[in-house]
Amino acid sequence: MRQLSLDINIAGIKMKNPIITASGTFGYGLEYSQLIDIKKFGAIVTKTITLEPRIGNPQPRIVEVVGGMLNSIGLQNPGAKVFIEEKLPKLKEYGVPIIANISGSKEAEFVKLADLFKDIGLSGLELNISCPNVEHAGLFAQDADTTYKLVRKVRKVTSLPLIVKLTPNVTDITLIARAAEDGGADAISLINTLIGMSIDIQTKRPKLANVIGGLSGPAVKPVALRMVYEVSKKVRIPVIGMGGIMTSDDAIEFLLTGASAVAIGTANFVNPNTCCEIIEGIKTYMRDNKFNRMLDIIGQLR
Amino acid sequence: MKIFNVKKEIIENKKVSSNCYRMTFESKEIACRVKPGQFLHIKCSDTYDPLLRRPISVHSIENNIIGILYKVIGRGTGLLSKKTSGDPIDVIGPLGNGFDYQLVSNCQLPILVGGGIGIAPLYFLAQRLVERGSNITVLIGASDKCNILCIDELKKLDCKVKVSTDDGSFGLRGTVIELLKKEISSTNSKLKLFVCGPVPMLKQVNQLVSKDNVSSQVSLERQMACGVGACMGCSIKIRNPKSEIRKNKMFDYKRVCKDGPVFDIKEVVWEDI
Ligand SMILES: Cc1cc2nc3c(=O)[nH]c(=O)nc-3n(C[C@H](O)[C@H](O)[C@H](O)COP(=O)(O)OP(=O)(O)OC[C@H]3O[C@@H](n4cnc5c(N)ncnc54)[C@H](O)[C@@H]3O)c2cc1C
Ligand SMILES: Cc1cc2nc3c(=O)[nH]c(=O)nc-3n(C[C@H](O)[C@H](O)[C@H](O)COP(=O)(O)O)c2cc1C
Ligand code: FES
Repeated sequence: MRQLSLDINIAGIKMKNPIITASGTFGYGLEYSQLIDIKKFGAIVTKTITLEPRIGNPQPRIVEVVGGMLNSIGLQNPGAKVFIEEKLPKLKEYGVPIIANISGSKEAEFVKLADLFKDIGLSGLELNISCPNVEHAGLFAQDADTTYKLVRKVRKVTSLPLIVKLTPNVTDITLIARAAEDGGADAISLINTLIGMSIDIQTKRPKLANVIGGLSGPAVKPVALRMVYEVSKKVRIPVIGMGGIMTSDDAIEFLLTGASAVAIGTANFVNPNTCCEIIEGIKTYMRDNKFNRMLDIIGQLR
Repeated sequence: MKIFNVKKEIIENKKVSSNCYRMTFESKEIACRVKPGQFLHIKCSDTYDPLLRRPISVHSIENNIIGILYKVIGRGTGLLSKKTSGDPIDVIGPLGNGFDYQLVSNCQLPILVGGGIGIAPLYFLAQRLVERGSNITVLIGASDKCNILCIDELKKLDCKVKVSTDDGSFGLRGTVIELLKKEISSTNSKLKLFVCGPVPMLKQVNQLVSKDNVSSQVSLERQMACGVGACMGCSIKIRNPKSEIRKNKMFDYKRVCKDGPVFDIKEVVWEDI
């Protein structure tokens, strides 16, 4: 049998396959380690880390909707110190590239975190400038100029590969993606959740305590795919596609459309083995379609 | 602790009251590790509707046969109830932290307090406590005579069972809280409570025991996405005077799925549940 190569290098992050965990859906990698073989993944993206611990939003924080879910977690996390001291050492044992997803409510907090995370053995940083569940962070990625300035400032303090994660809740995603690239981003992640809501008609109240939340899951896939399509034509840096990927067919759609790698989020909740199944599914697709290298699939959309 | 994702055949799925079912399947992996109060994360559909798994407690263990007892609430449990013997079922478990029943000492009297479907995890706890030789009392609260669950099974285990119904059609008329009040006032040994039921009931138990200072563990419910502690969807406030979270020094957020679902009643910030 021919040797298949699923290798991909994203801005210097060497991955053995293009399958990444989406931030916030895989904790700090450790929660799922009792259930699945994390060593097989291309890379792990952590839950968003902020400078100080955050308690997150009130309950209920999760609502199921048709074809997806809404969440308003509000970036609950133990803060940078606990991440560095307690989570990261254990995560490193898996020998998989670790990308820390960071966020802040002010530019200065992103810069400080990026500086703090310089020499701790990470493979890359993902800037979450697009979380819909906190007051300020969403706004960064809704304005091209703010995005440009923020990325440029972070760029100055770190030589780690810099991935910028964008929100789909904008008029023209390509403008924001270009701004991130101009600011010095090495890759773009698309998409964070879409803003949505859900109502209990008996109590006549919103189902989420925070009223609005982020929509993820199968329902968002067409939107995510369209954005990867638009952005990958407009930027020179690689795009990491995510949003509603449940199967290897979904993942291959993103790769064909121009994503160099894909992240799996909500699907982990439904089937924790999704990432491993997608890796196998991509191999089967490569064999069936005579691709030796996964790389050759990327952007093959006709 | 190792967690398993198993795909098994349903042995039996039987209606046991107007809206509750008991399902069994065999899983050695889970059966030999699971503790009372722990739960399973069950896929109710082969499609994306509903998308997320449903948390359901382990109700009984006999040899390697796992039993669950569940109430039909909405789409997920509705689909579950339609399954029949031989159908496949996709289950993750054991999840969460169960009851601390090993700590029950000889001078303590374990009382299990179940409201409605809350009896589900308590029957498994009763099985284990009886194996350890404890003399236990189970207080069951139900809406009416037709919805009393597990009474015969519990009696078979030689538990002392007391029942209340809201409409008085069986046992004491009133809620399980009335039964509990009587129990607290009529015994002079130290009580240890294990409680599961709807939130208003849990709050009343909390009021009762904070007066009498009775050691109590409660099992809580929350909407869950991952069930393993990764998404922070199920977090609740837990008292912690030494909390490191600034500005809110009095509590931490803990995950019902991973740090619970069983908590000490005194830890829970009940105003926010
Ligand atoms: C740790 C734990 C153990 C449980 N054990 C049992 C048990 O042994 N027997 C039993 O009958 N029920 C149990 N429940 C409650 C059970 O999970 C819900 O009744 C069930 O999820 C309802 O799903 P549905 O699709 O039928 O209802 P829907 O109303 O359609 O559910 C919609 C959404 O709400 C969530 N949800 C609704 N009610 C609850 C609830 N009470 N708790 C958590 N999530 C909920 C569902 O997961 C789903 O996301 C347990 C809950 C938890 C958290
Ligand atoms: C429960 C939950 C929590 C999330 N938390 C974060 C987060 O902390 N940081 C972040 O950048 N994205 C977060 N996301 C967004 C995901 O990383 C991803 O972009 C989105 O869910 C779309 O992918 P999916 O449809 O595969 O889930 C979260 C998503 C979910 C469902
Ligand atoms: S359900 Fe995900 S952390 Fe509890």
